[in-house]
Amino acid sequence: MDSPVAPPPVLPPPATNPPRPSKDAVEGSSTWALVDRIGLAICWALGLLFCAIAVAIVVYLFIQGITYLKPSMLVTPAASGFSQSETGGFSDALFGTMIVATMGISIALPAGVAIAVWLVEYGRPTALARITESTIEAIAGIPSIVLALFGTVIFSNAALGFLSRSTEGIVFGRSFFAASAMLSLVALPLIVASTREGLNSIPRHVREASYAVGKTKAATTRRILLPAARPQVATGAMLGLGRIIGDTAIIVVLLGATQNFAPVEGVGFPLNYLRGAGTTLTNFVYEASPTGNLNQPEKAYAAAFVLLLMVLVLNGAVDVIHRRARKVGTWSS
Amino acid sequence: MEFLTTPPPPIRRLELDDPAAAQEVAAPARPENGAHAAPGGFTGARRSIGAPQFSIRRMEIDEVSVFYGAKEAVKGVSLPVRQGEVLSLIGPSGCGKTTLLRSLNRLTELTSTATLKGRILLDDVDIKQIEPTLLRRRVTMVFQQPNPFPMSVFDNIGYVLREQGSRRARKKQLEAKVHSALDRAGLFEEVKDNLDHPALKLSGGQQQRLCIARALAAEPEVLLLDEPCSALDPQSTQVIEDLIVKLRDDVAVVIVTHNLQQAYRIADHVAFMYLGDLVEYSSATALFGSPREKRTQEYVSGAFG
Repeated sequence: MDSPVAPPPVLPPPATNPPRPSKDAVEGSSTWALVDRIGLAICWALGLLFCAIAVAIVVYLFIQGITYLKPSMLVTPAASGFSQSETGGFSDALFGTMIVATMGISIALPAGVAIAVWLVEYGRPTALARITESTIEAIAGIPSIVLALFGTVIFSNAALGFLSRSTEGIVFGRSFFAASAMLSLVALPLIVASTREGLNSIPRHVREASYAVGKTKAATTRRILLPAARPQVATGAMLGLGRIIGDTAIIVVLLGATQNFAPVEGVGFPLNYLRGAGTTLTNFVYEASPTGNLNQPEKAYAAAFVLLLMVLVLNGAVDVIHRRARKVGTWSS
Repeated sequence: MEFLTTPPPPIRRLELDDPAAAQEVAAPARPENGAHAAPGGFTGARRSIGAPQFSIRRMEIDEVSVFYGAKEAVKGVSLPVRQGEVLSLIGPSGCGKTTLLRSLNRLTELTSTATLKGRILLDDVDIKQIEPTLLRRRVTMVFQQPNPFPMSVFDNIGYVLREQGSRRARKKQLEAKVHSALDRAGLFEEVKDNLDHPALKLSGGQQQRLCIARALAAEPEVLLLDEPCSALDPQSTQVIEDLIVKLRDDVAVVIVTHNLQQAYRIADHVAFMYLGDLVEYSSATALFGSPREKRTQEYVSGAFG
């Protein structure tokens, strides 16, 4: 072996074992400034506090509800009587809630989605789009009792007499139609906001990809954009539904807040009910609570429990929709 | 352990003001097993495209300028687009290459401030006279980000085949066309058992090939590709490049790319744009091998970009 061999590299001597930390090193708050640590502690405390409050409400209502709710209450209308055993249940209120929810959302959903599509995809002239935006925001900020008051003015109008009970030219102005129409305004801003968010989250190149294979704006909106925004549309609808179910002011003012359905005579089903006054669960809870006219708190708890269940079901539905949307995937940004 | 002791070769810096030095540095040191490397200013990769079998002029870009408001993004560019060839538009960011590409199927019109001067002819007809939705079926486009529609693999192609927003034309009737589009994009074998799976769950490279399949399903005359590989890994890039080379006989291909190696590998003709101007247009070997313009030479040798 006459070829020169490179000398072996000089390796540093093996390091003596460094002192091992007693625990694996992780970033902790122990090195933080005092203010930051206090801030973190407050965040924790508030988070836990609100969890506790939510759990307390749900658990309390569950216990009360399971104690007082009897299946018969769901199918028996309210009746007048002197003891809780004579006053029946709240089936009319339950149906009332279902009716206003269905009617309200079937006005608010198409209108809200249409407004959002126009705002995001068209939005010209810009000034008009701006005005629309701020109008929607204004509606979102108006207390529902004010909407209700405004509703009485509109629906007591003689021209709209066909939507409620009218006798001798005097329009009562309170009906499922009137209440649902105003309730849809409560849900509308939520649906618009949520749908806009969904449409805005679709990258521009996705729209262009559809145009780039010769599709019109209408086809793109129908087949690509709205399906892609479906989870957000659904979220908006569920939130809106929750608000409709939970609203009391509009019911008290615009639904007549009777204890039972008060169908209009001489009109065919189902218009007689829809044009008549009625009640909902929120109104029933209000009336049955210790401050209300009926003062039968046990039934108030039972009805509140049913309301809570409805809201929980809606929340669950939102979760399911989002989970299903995740299965379809989304674009990398 | 020799690699531990041998000092790394000194890094030679490019002398920007001395083209001769730039040329020397940029010249390939070792052409890999017989690869034909471009001489001149470009560290060439291997060409993966052969000489064109034929070429038919499909589009004619004639003195086209595109303005965004007052800003001129493309300045009086003239270029032919031919079937049988791959045309690559290269140039630094903001040079107007994507704008030029998008004006070929009138996508620039979606930007309200954009105006176009000059003429673009598709088979001798001014594209201004072709209804945009019809034009865009004849001149389809693939984008930088893979953007399958949020539906099944099958429906992504079906959407293109069906009339506008219609759901009509059942799966059975479309099957053959969908399969053939996927096949042309080299995707069919990989997805044939999963045609109803959501397209957005495919890998990035597969998604981009699905987008190519979608663009091909309309049976276009011209296929526009806007940096189709920039979001993909090298392997997927390779697959798509091979595909582009195969497609050039069926459809005129225009590709915008940032990647000079890519342009060299797969383009027949290359147009170098700079600040809205078309600086040089010639065959890929000529443009990378012996650029006529100093700007081109500097760009392809990596002096700026």
